[in-house]
Amino acid sequence: MTALVLGATSKIALEIAHRYAELGHTIVLAARNTADAERSASDIRIRHDAQCHVVQFDALDFASHPALIESVEKMAGPIEIGVVAFGDMGNEGPPFDNFEAGRRVIGINFTGAASLCELMATRMAARKRGLIIGLSSVAGDRGRQSNYIYGSAKGAFTLFLQGLRNRLFHEGVHVMCVRLGFVNTRMTYGMKTAIPIAEPDVVSRIVVRRGLSKANDIYVPGFWRFIMLMIRSIPEFLFKRLKL
Amino acid sequence: MRSAESYVAQPWGDGAYAKPRCVGRILNPAKEVTVESTFRFRHFTTRVDEVERPMSQWSETEQYGWGRFPRVTSLTARAEAMPDLRNALDDRDGEPVIAFGNGRSYGDAALIRNGRSILMRRLNRLLHFEYRTGWLKCEAGVTLRELIDIFVPRGFFPPVVPGTQLVTVGGAIANDIHGKNHHVDGTFADHVRRIEILTASGEIVECGPDVERELFWATVGGLGLTGLILTVEFKLLPIASPLIEMESIRVENLDEFFHVNEQSSDFTHTVSWIDSVTTGAALGRGIFMRGRHASADAELEPGPLTKVMTAVSPLLKVPFDAPNWAMNSLSMRLFNFAYFRKHPRGAKKSLTHYEPFFFPLDAIKDWNRIYGPRGMLQYQLVVPNEPNHSVIRAVLAEVTRAGMASFLTVIKEFGEHVHQGLSFPRPGITLALDFPNHGEPLFDLLTRLDDMVSDAGGRVYLGKDARLSRDHFTRMYPNWDEWKSIRDTWDPHAVFQSELSRRLGLSGEQG
Repeated sequence: MTALVLGATSKIALEIAHRYAELGHTIVLAARNTADAERSASDIRIRHDAQCHVVQFDALDFASHPALIESVEKMAGPIEIGVVAFGDMGNEGPPFDNFEAGRRVIGINFTGAASLCELMATRMAARKRGLIIGLSSVAGDRGRQSNYIYGSAKGAFTLFLQGLRNRLFHEGVHVMCVRLGFVNTRMTYGMKTAIPIAEPDVVSRIVVRRGLSKANDIYVPGFWRFIMLMIRSIPEFLFKRLKL
Repeated sequence: MRSAESYVAQPWGDGAYAKPRCVGRILNPAKEVTVESTFRFRHFTTRVDEVERPMSQWSETEQYGWGRFPRVTSLTARAEAMPDLRNALDDRDGEPVIAFGNGRSYGDAALIRNGRSILMRRLNRLLHFEYRTGWLKCEAGVTLRELIDIFVPRGFFPPVVPGTQLVTVGGAIANDIHGKNHHVDGTFADHVRRIEILTASGEIVECGPDVERELFWATVGGLGLTGLILTVEFKLLPIASPLIEMESIRVENLDEFFHVNEQSSDFTHTVSWIDSVTTGAALGRGIFMRGRHASADAELEPGPLTKVMTAVSPLLKVPFDAPNWAMNSLSMRLFNFAYFRKHPRGAKKSLTHYEPFFFPLDAIKDWNRIYGPRGMLQYQLVVPNEPNHSVIRAVLAEVTRAGMASFLTVIKEFGEHVHQGLSFPRPGITLALDFPNHGEPLFDLLTRLDDMVSDAGGRVYLGKDARLSRDHFTRMYPNWDEWKSIRDTWDPHAVFQSELSRRLGLSGEQG
């Protein structure tokens, strides 16, 4: 059984790859920086005695995505599990006049992710089996001033996964959306906050476990469900005044 | 378990260092560029990474070693991939840096004030393993514990392990760690054939006993002051069983310890715990442990106590700082007495799992917290052998006279393996003492011990040190200036410094 992990240089994605390798899957790591991914692949092979391949991919190069999925399936067999784990927060903030950065963030977090999900979906639907896991973010639950381009791209991705789940249910393929809160990665290193920051290996275990039990839409860690419930229920006339 | 053939098992060829071959295909391999060095006039092969590099995130953090003394605040960054290390060297604002592994050095070897600390723990990938011989190449942030968990089921064990498995491979090199088997197998560096180091100029240099040997032997025991250790190639030891055949013998005093020690030469692992709080004839009474890896057919019968301990062990975490009075002279006396008396007279043979034999303290997570917020100091010395072992006796007597009790005292004889540079082990007897941080009286005692040790031609272990003076250091390590001049060739602008290096005049003594 092959698991394709897109965005394999992220710690969360790597941990998920390790978990699937422990379960005996063949892993394909897709990343922009293949040198780094190759080191991670060696690590997976040695630790878990598993097969692990590396492919290069660029989320923004939409035209290359069909060829990418084709080559992955040729190399490692039909993709049983597809994990969309890449993302880029970008640097939001003044100056706002140049939209290039924003376009890039939307391209990576939504368009690129959607493109790859669609390609995997079609193939999995034809085989009537498969699992797609999309790593989204709690930032996509409500638009706020500090992060709205990234947040809206992630929010769009969440909605996209919802629609895809609906379509693929009838084909016997499951789609799970994971809304991640704060995880101890490069993005959050040094962040001083009262909210507990989850460890990547714990997150990976939750994701794999819930994927096996076919959860639809989960918050990881779970307490974010309640935090976001509260955030979402703040009426707009109040929320627009806040500086979250 | 799947067959070993299914993972990378390409022989490395004679002498030539081969890159690992992947099972799949890389569609666009990363580019390699040869860069001419600026000051060594040699060519090194460096990897150019094709991804745009974000700035390092520096975070102000309080750091401390295992002794929890001293504590310093510095800007830390966590490396998650190789490009992060070059980033960190590039945007450190001219401040010096030092690598931080898993924080098991007792003192300040990995701490730096007014400088930057790079956390290496996430660079922990295994890059190549040759199952036929046990040669392993891995990144420096892997802990020995991870290696043990992965490789013991496959029949391999790290060649040298210290008292805890929670040290990184980089730290193992930087301190040139030794273990219970030093008299047979030497130090960790005796099993290493290559290290990749990121030097101050930004170049990655490969060194080993047969290539760039000056840099290699300066890095061994070099406390991270020659550069950031990136990867290590070393040989794991094939074992037939995870069990250890051991004998533990109660010794009534120091004389008996030395006597038993002489008779234990056919055991690969020896060490003794001694009670250093008693005086007089009973000085040095303790338990002598000797063992070897068991053969394949050895089987362990778990006793009822083992079953209880296994069930209880997750609860054995010390969750808070015990108040300062918990570790006082009286409680230590009682502990030593009880521990000694519990052992039956004479020798006791048994089969034991490697974990309690090698790493008894690892069973208690954060055991160092029992010393309270003032922390503790470890003092490990080695002195050359002499007929009456008068220096060891004098040291123990002095400790008792000063009224400071060492909670756990360990004594062992080192073998003949010796390395140049700052590597600690020398032939002779090594004694490790640990003390709650009593403040001034303790520092005075340790200074007196420094006098005794350096007069006898011995030295102190820098991996455990937090307060050795420069003067004593230069007497204990007489070749320190040779080491320093090699270090300065590779790092002329003192990019790599630490609190320890500043204190001992090894790097950044002006800053």
